[in-house]
Amino acid sequence: MALELLEGNIAFAEAAIRAGCQAYFGYPITPQTEALEHMARRMPELGRVFLQAESEVAAINMVYGAACAGVRAMTSSSSPGVSLMMEGLSYIAGSEVPAVLVAVMRGGPGLGNIAPSQGDYNQIVKGGGHGDYRPIVLAPATVQELIDFTTEAFDLAEKYRCIVVVLTDGNLGQMMEPAELPPMRPVRPFSERPAWALTGADGRKPNIITSIYIDPPVEEAFNRKLMAKQAEIEANEVRYREFLLDDADLAVVAFGTAGRIAQSAIREARDQGLRVGLLRPVSLFPYPYARVAELALQVRAMLVVEMNGGQMIDDVRLAVQGRVPVEFYGRMGGVTPLPDEILEAIRGLAAKVPPREAVG
Amino acid sequence: MAKGRILIEESLCKGCELCTTVCPKDLIAMAHDRFTPKGYHPAILLDPEGQCTGCAICSVICPEAAITVYRWVPAAAAA
Amino acid sequence: MSALTETVVYRRPESLVPIHTHYCPGCTHGVAHRLVAEVIDELGIRPITIGVAPVGCAVFAYNYFNLDFAEAAHGRAPAMATGLKRASPDRIVFTYQGDGDLASIGAAEILHAAGRGENLTTIFINNAIYGMTGGQMAPTTLPGQRTTSTPTGRDVEFHGLPLKMCEVLSQLDGSAYIVRRSLHDVPNIRRAKKAIRTAFEVQQQGLGFSMVELLSSCPTNWGLTPRESLDWIRDHMLPAFPPGDYRVHPALAERGATRRADGAGGALDGGG
Repeated sequence: MALELLEGNIAFAEAAIRAGCQAYFGYPITPQTEALEHMARRMPELGRVFLQAESEVAAINMVYGAACAGVRAMTSSSSPGVSLMMEGLSYIAGSEVPAVLVAVMRGGPGLGNIAPSQGDYNQIVKGGGHGDYRPIVLAPATVQELIDFTTEAFDLAEKYRCIVVVLTDGNLGQMMEPAELPPMRPVRPFSERPAWALTGADGRKPNIITSIYIDPPVEEAFNRKLMAKQAEIEANEVRYREFLLDDADLAVVAFGTAGRIAQSAIREARDQGLRVGLLRPVSLFPYPYARVAELALQVRAMLVVEMNGGQMIDDVRLAVQGRVPVEFYGRMGGVTPLPDEILEAIRGLAAKVPPREAVG
Repeated sequence: MAKGRILIEESLCKGCELCTTVCPKDLIAMAHDRFTPKGYHPAILLDPEGQCTGCAICSVICPEAAITVYRWVPAAAAA
Repeated sequence: MSALTETVVYRRPESLVPIHTHYCPGCTHGVAHRLVAEVIDELGIRPITIGVAPVGCAVFAYNYFNLDFAEAAHGRAPAMATGLKRASPDRIVFTYQGDGDLASIGAAEILHAAGRGENLTTIFINNAIYGMTGGQMAPTTLPGQRTTSTPTGRDVEFHGLPLKMCEVLSQLDGSAYIVRRSLHDVPNIRRAKKAIRTAFEVQQQGLGFSMVELLSSCPTNWGLTPRESLDWIRDHMLPAFPPGDYRVHPALAERGATRRADGAGGALDGGG
């Protein structure tokens, strides 16, 4: 496979196709419409299902239906559209069918703008739809990661029978970078659809896929099952990347584009003599709490950098448990921070926080 | 002998009385002397004079599909 | 005298699970379920049919049909069914929806499923009220009709006039068979069954979207006995929602009437 210049939105769409995605339902919304357009061209070419739905509400419910049929189904959208999908996502979670969503965040709230942001962290990572459920959330910072995580998303969704969200922003969606697409995987034939799928009760007991459990103790038992699954995911699927953390006494914690830009700032800060490193969570659920907690025993302060008003910082503070100061630098409204701003915030934090007392 | 008869599955009957209003020969009545396990008075066929023709009209209106309809036909016809 | 043998003229369809349903006594959901099940049995499509249940009184419809079934969010059944059908085009997929599900929250989904000509069948239960939630106004509630959210009667000035979904959906080119029938008496129930059969045959033939609207009763929330409820349909709903064929695909019209006197077969029998 060769490196090619790929636009993020097209890269994740093609990656999904190569991962065996059989059905894509979506609705145009900037900054991810290129994915829908790529699917519109490619899926029919390959004899797979593409449909531009009448709304994101319809699109997520079409994904729900196709997932119930036992096929690999996905959608993609951006903040206002993803809000419309929350009901459908809750139903999908509540019926344990696998589904993949690529969410390309933009400025908000409301109509906001079409520029990139990270303003939907709380919405996506904490569940989003009603009820006790958490999707697996993966946050890429490069087009290659976008490809790799989208590919893996389908396997993870089926392994745990859950939703997997690839959470990115308009920067990544619309930038072009050299990246490599994986080889084409075959799609699952009808005969190999999962035993639980709705394929017609031909010679077997009927399958019912529902998310209603009218009897509270039964609903509780189902919720416990979801919690147990969540615990399994937390035990097995934590992912993060580190940059220059080994000897760091300051840590920047940032995900996605913010993490990528922070890396540039950190290189500059190192040149200026500051021992700072980056922890870049890749799985936002399950969040790398243990690694953050570990870091809190090593560094003297942390700087959380986000393209929002401060959302992931709550998870960092949860892990740090007050051991060290946790400061925030953020830009909102679709503004992407520059490395210099982050550098300044790092320097400010370095000057402000005294050195750690030597541990004996 | 009656040409037909019906069997009302009492575990399904909800005593809605709709069948009693459509039988052309008025042969269905509510059994007010007893209840089904769900607490309804079931409908019953009251056909002392063997008038039921097995027309199945009652089964068309029954919301519970509780009625099975039988009819005596010449053996040759049934074969 | 020649020998007589006892035959079964009618028995409960296989596609219905033999359990007691939660529907109120006299509720025509039971009749509608029964007709759909009879048609599925007669067409022999039980092994390949998938139903999509609504939110409403029929939310547990999947417990009553001996079929693969999915539970949709309120109003979203046509979208979910679209996903199911497109993922498995050789299956028969139908939605079963009430007036709130289809004409209120689901108005966009049903419109677009019909507009796209999805090869789906929708059974639309219109009883002019919201049953499950205790009797509120539906988009099909009649002017002057008292409901818990129109306690002094539906005021046309505030709430507009009832939505006539057959009339609306028949305007779309993707609609192949859009008909309204009633369940208020035996002859009408028989006509309803034939229409349901034709609707499923339309799907089998891939002619586009089919819907059978069934004027239905809600004795509990109308405050009437089952018998009175059926009469209320006849006296009040028929004038507001006239039964009839609102759109019939030319391929159906060519092959003859959709109703046959003996009730056997449908418009597309014998075709293959």
